[in-house]
Amino acid sequence: MAKVWIDGETSIEVEDADGVNAFNFTVDDKQIIVSAGQTILEAVQRRNGIGNIPALCHHPAVKPYGACRICTVEVSEDGGSKFKFVAACLYPVKEGLIVRTNTERIRQLRKGIIELMLARCPNVKRIQELAEEYSVDKPRFVLGDQDCILCGLCVRACQEIIGKSAISLVNRGIYREVAAPFYAYELTEECIGCGDCAFVCPTGAIEMGDDSKPVLPKVKIPYAEVEALMKKETAATS
Amino acid sequence: MELTLDFPKVKAIVESYTEKVDSLIDSYAGNKEQLISLLQDIQAEFNYLPQDVLVKISQKLDIPLSQVFSVVTFFRAFTLKPRGRHLVTVCLGTACHVKGGQRLVDKMERDYGIKPGETTEDMRFSLETVNCLGCCALGPVVVVDGKYESKINPDKLDRVLRGYK
Amino acid sequence: MVEQVRKLLEKRVESTAELENLRQSILDKKDSSRTCISVCGGTACRASGAEAVVDAFVDEIERRELQIQVELKETGCHGFCERGPLVVIQPKRIFYQQVKPEDIPEIIAETVLGGKVIERLLYVDPVTSQKIIYEPDVPFYKKQTRTIFGANGEIDPTNIEDYIASGGYSALSKVLVGIKPQEIVDEIKKSGLRGRGGGGFPTGRKWQSCRDAKADIKYVICNADEGDPGAYQDRSLLEGNPHSVLEGMIIGAYAIGSHQGYIYVRNEYPLAVGHARIAIEQAMDYGLLGENILGSGFDFKVMINKGGGAFVCGESSALMASLEGKIGEPKAKYIHMSEKGLWDSPSLLNNVKTWANVPLIINKGADWYSKIGTAGSKGTMIFSLVGNINNTGLVEVPMGITLREMIFDIGGGIPNGKKFKAVQTGGPSGGCIPEQLLDTPVDFDELTKLGSMMGSGGMIVMDEDTCMVDVAKYFIEFLKGESCGKCTPCREGINRMSEILNGITQGKGKLEDLDTLEDLAGILNAGALCALGQTAANPVLSTLRYFRDEYIAHIEQKKCAAGVCRELIRYSIDPEKCQGCLRCLRACPTGAITGEKREVHTLNQGLCIKCGACYDVCKFNAVIRQ
Repeated sequence: MAKVWIDGETSIEVEDADGVNAFNFTVDDKQIIVSAGQTILEAVQRRNGIGNIPALCHHPAVKPYGACRICTVEVSEDGGSKFKFVAACLYPVKEGLIVRTNTERIRQLRKGIIELMLARCPNVKRIQELAEEYSVDKPRFVLGDQDCILCGLCVRACQEIIGKSAISLVNRGIYREVAAPFYAYELTEECIGCGDCAFVCPTGAIEMGDDSKPVLPKVKIPYAEVEALMKKETAATS
Repeated sequence: MELTLDFPKVKAIVESYTEKVDSLIDSYAGNKEQLISLLQDIQAEFNYLPQDVLVKISQKLDIPLSQVFSVVTFFRAFTLKPRGRHLVTVCLGTACHVKGGQRLVDKMERDYGIKPGETTEDMRFSLETVNCLGCCALGPVVVVDGKYESKINPDKLDRVLRGYK
Repeated sequence: MVEQVRKLLEKRVESTAELENLRQSILDKKDSSRTCISVCGGTACRASGAEAVVDAFVDEIERRELQIQVELKETGCHGFCERGPLVVIQPKRIFYQQVKPEDIPEIIAETVLGGKVIERLLYVDPVTSQKIIYEPDVPFYKKQTRTIFGANGEIDPTNIEDYIASGGYSALSKVLVGIKPQEIVDEIKKSGLRGRGGGGFPTGRKWQSCRDAKADIKYVICNADEGDPGAYQDRSLLEGNPHSVLEGMIIGAYAIGSHQGYIYVRNEYPLAVGHARIAIEQAMDYGLLGENILGSGFDFKVMINKGGGAFVCGESSALMASLEGKIGEPKAKYIHMSEKGLWDSPSLLNNVKTWANVPLIINKGADWYSKIGTAGSKGTMIFSLVGNINNTGLVEVPMGITLREMIFDIGGGIPNGKKFKAVQTGGPSGGCIPEQLLDTPVDFDELTKLGSMMGSGGMIVMDEDTCMVDVAKYFIEFLKGESCGKCTPCREGINRMSEILNGITQGKGKLEDLDTLEDLAGILNAGALCALGQTAANPVLSTLRYFRDEYIAHIEQKKCAAGVCRELIRYSIDPEKCQGCLRCLRACPTGAITGEKREVHTLNQGLCIKCGACYDVCKFNAVIRQ
């Protein structure tokens, strides 16, 4: 491990930051060196006191996805004359990149996104905490009563960590939800009841049922055919 | 694993098509990436995607069923429910919208009790909407069983549909 | 079997010299004085009955044994869809419109054999009331520059020899004989061509970065997932001149070093799929696709993939996900698709129209090409001019033409004496442009400045009966159904915009809603993952910018001046005008209208569902909409 001095006072430890494959970049006016191939979030997250990047759909054990968007930061590739918004969980660190993680514009944007999340999931503790941090009082929209923010961590954990694919994101747009195929686990033997999906869920939307299968969050039923399937499932289980 | 079919009546039809399904699936064997094309072929054959056929596809192409289900529910072209004898597609492209396309959808709901994606109880009509058929000069356009009907208003739609039993 | 193989080998063109020989031999066989009847066989003309017209011609030609003197061709879309089915009789280009099967014997007898023009089938200029005989004199065509689209009306898209005869594949020939791949990229850069699919990214730069990307496998993709409602030029081009698109793709593949191409086309376009498929098969047979193209040693294959019906798949990363057999979810493009696209290989994706421009640029040169258009936008653009306009159809014009010229000179203005209100460009990512800005020259940058977009070239004209809040709601509802749902701003934000706009059109809006809409627009623009979400608010923002008073009228006075928003209007019957004809009474689905024959009818407001059926059927303007 190499030590890098910042502002001539504090030092931070940087992994593998040797020679050719290292990038110098700036986060909130602090210089950082990291090995190549990291995203902004990866490079910043483990360093206390540098940057303020909240993230919900990110987990170090699975590939980044870029769905929740609250990790959005401003970056400049041209030495600071032009800044653009990017998702820190996906944006690769480059030499000379300037990153700002907590400007007024970013706070405004995150506030807006959190307001949308809170309107969808007003009862989720993690979202309530973020809302407080970004001073969102009451969403201006009709409140929903869901627990799932559709970050897809459960689906990715099932595939990438467990090597199964018991659940997936189905339907699209506002009707998207996490579900087992045809809303029933019985059709395949993919679900092994490991509970990893419940473990990675940032909002506690998934619980393990008595049959050691995860109980997935329910959303509005969008399509007629899906409704028919759901009815069938309810009839079969009751 | 024993599979139950949603629609027993259809079961017989599906069974008689088993060979057809198998040969379709086999023609895509090893081509996971051709999943969408295969689903389109199956849908063209049955008018919808029977559940057990999807299970079969998942096994033969070695794609987890959850991912097949995800694809099927994502794309608008696919339906999991048998369609009626006649498919009524109302174009809701911008040109058709400004010329009153939505009123045709309202009309279908009012007179036939079906919203887009639904089928009448007597299986006579299924209603779908489409974002643009590219016949903007002829709007509002309705397609019944592949036949384009141009410059349709609710009254004219009635007369067109009477021809389909 | 042996016979088939022999035939295939005979067709195969082994070198560029052989291609020229083939072209010459096709042309030699053609007699330029011979009458050629071309019937438009585009989707719209077919919907108006073009196939029956073709059948009638076939019968009549056979009956009179005119097969040698007369050539019959079913071509692609001519563009003037409003007047279909269209028939053009060459060599003089006599133009008949709205032709019916029963007109055919007369056309053969009078025009083809007798040399006389049938007045009844001519197009009448609505402005001058003059009858127009020849196709080029029709005002709709007169102001156009049909460099890309022109061949559509001349060639049979299912016959590769037609395309070859018109100079087809000569650009490919030129490239294979003596232009180095990098020189092709340089030529495209020099031409100033920008992507015709939406964003207008410089095509040459895209090609360069894909060429520079180091990889063994690269892909070339044609985006024909034309999703913008109200735009159908990609379909018409692929239907009417598929080889021009293929030729562009082959040149692109040669330039970047790719051996596999894909055409991703909407499933809703069966004719385009069919014609593209035939074109690929024929190009394979002729040795213009496949292995060792024209004996050059270069291999390139093309496959067709049909879209599953998702607007978001027009976005390049979603399209590629769908090509991989996955759901059409966009990915962040912090690393460009031209470096890491389909199956993580460098992928060159261009729109149908962009590809069709390539042979033209190679043949005529970048210098010639860059003389057309404006400083920042070169060449021509094909627009679909639709909505409340007299001459609905596809028009190809040089960049820089004004909106007014397009709508009033080419489009012939607004029908039924109504007033122009706005023109919507760029599809769901675009915006509405009002009357006072009609003199704006149309190009990528000017439209963006107005808060709209070039997009794929859709141009929807709206008259005074259009409610702009309803238009904004229409696009937001559209996007709500098409958002993939992956990222929070797009999935939740669009849904909330829809909630607010529905409230406003139902008379439940508050003035603060307009600020919330603008806030949401900001979140979408900065926070959404892909272009669909980032531009989703444009229809709302542009209508708020130019038609704010309409929003305010909906909110404060609870009035929809255009009479569109159902909750804000009411129907009644004018006793002065009502003749008691019973038509509205019969049309009313809820029995809200009562009355006797020849007596004034009355409308029961409590039963009225405001469907407008009475308004449609009344012949005396006695139904009032307020």
